[in-house]
Amino acid sequence: MAIDTKKCVGCCDCVVACQTENDVPIGYCRDWVVEVMDGTYPQLEMELRSERCNHCENSPCVRCCPTGASHYSEGGTVLVTKNECIGCSACITSCPYDARFVHPEGYVDKCTFCLHRVKKGMQPACVSVCPTKCMYFGDLDDPRSEVSQILKKRKYKTLIPEAGTKPHLYFLI
Amino acid sequence: MREEVIISGRNNPLIDPQLHVWHWEIPTYLFLGGLAAGLLFFAALYTIRNKDEEYKTAVRIAPMLAPIALVLGLVALFLDLHNKLYFWRLYTTIRLESPMSWGAWTLMVVTPLSMIWTAMHIKDIFPKWNWKFDVIEELIEFFHKHKRTLAWIMLISSAILGIYTGILFSAFNARPLWNTSILGPLFLASGLSAGAAVVIWMSKNHAERKRFAQLDLMIIGIELFLIIHMFMGFLASTQVQIDAANLFLGGEYTAPFWIFVVFLGMIVPAILEGMELKGFKIPVAIPVVLVLFGSVMLRFIIAYAGQASRWLY
Ligand code: SF4
Ligand code: SF4
Repeated sequence: MAIDTKKCVGCCDCVVACQTENDVPIGYCRDWVVEVMDGTYPQLEMELRSERCNHCENSPCVRCCPTGASHYSEGGTVLVTKNECIGCSACITSCPYDARFVHPEGYVDKCTFCLHRVKKGMQPACVSVCPTKCMYFGDLDDPRSEVSQILKKRKYKTLIPEAGTKPHLYFLI
Repeated sequence: MREEVIISGRNNPLIDPQLHVWHWEIPTYLFLGGLAAGLLFFAALYTIRNKDEEYKTAVRIAPMLAPIALVLGLVALFLDLHNKLYFWRLYTTIRLESPMSWGAWTLMVVTPLSMIWTAMHIKDIFPKWNWKFDVIEELIEFFHKHKRTLAWIMLISSAILGIYTGILFSAFNARPLWNTSILGPLFLASGLSAGAAVVIWMSKNHAERKRFAQLDLMIIGIELFLIIHMFMGFLASTQVQIDAANLFLGGEYTAPFWIFVVFLGMIVPAILEGMELKGFKIPVAIPVVLVLFGSVMLRFIIAYAGQASRWLY
């Protein structure tokens, strides 16, 4: 997934869309928007980022899960199988992005890239609802997909690449 | 100046504003596991070296606390799980990459071992103990015959258990404070020190007490050395690890760490044990309690401070 920090206006629609689509319990969220202010007045620079699980390629959360509940699924998405998870929270402490939380029902929950929608040919809820169309979702292995194309054209960064998790969320800058 | 805020108001319980998913359960589990590892390690060591008559408490009596500690530790681990009904899932998979997994399996080996060891020596405390069933008597007879093999298995598995208590933390690179391989040996040493302290406490034999006081002094020396090493490593590393070290060098965990863990938990008992070896009369309970206290505090402080240390982006 690629997210254009230049187009994002910080409306938080993605957050609400996710909560509605995925029945995220009240008080929790699987995605969130970060605002970064840089510099001193009047030379200020702002960056807005809609963040979520990075679906890392080398994910510590999958590695440290004692039961195999955290696993790689189609297209490299990282998922948690609800009734295999014992709620030991090892994966939560292992994630440098704090992307996971304990669902009130006891299992660990996080962004799924809306795999249930994607399988039906739809876009993830956050992507489809964004009013500025700042998110691009697709197959990174396919060089013709929209997301591959945009990553070829634009400059981008990933978050904490030095943590070595190979994150798959690309922020266009 | 750079300021970073989550404007969508993320407030996930236990995660925000600062990670705190691991409460008292995990450090308690690690302390009890470390203590049991220490007790069993000495019992195995002196059995192998044929010193079980000389160090009777260490080989026969003190290890009886190990199964109790282990069971309580497992209870603490169980309490930590949020999805308790699925507890058994831990034992339907072995995932070598996951420290939680092989820790759970190590416990599965060590706990029965410690129970067998206790059963073998229960008659030393309760001479009238009667197993009622001949099968059990025969089984215990069998274990007595293979005591040395058993001791070797126990020596190795208790060392693994002791190191594991540290590896559980150090395997997480997301928390820079934990991400140091020193934690494995440090927690092992701390567990051995706690085990030695318990032996000193329970033993009535002067020579044995002296031996374990010497051992404890040596282990405390090693611990201090490891701690200094740990900080040297942090300070020579990346910014996130320098920040992690600063939690203890001026940051919010400075006072508890240096006072409770290093001063009260290591330096004071070392001085007291040293004085006792020189012939001063010191109530044995004081250094023992301090060592145990220091060992508990070490786990708690590292567990809590580790969750406060993180990558910034
Ligand atoms: S962002 Fe965190 S939860 Fe998501 S895959 Fe990476 S390590 Fe796992
Ligand atoms: S909390 Fe669940 S998903 Fe996370 S490591 Fe434990 S068992 Fe695996």
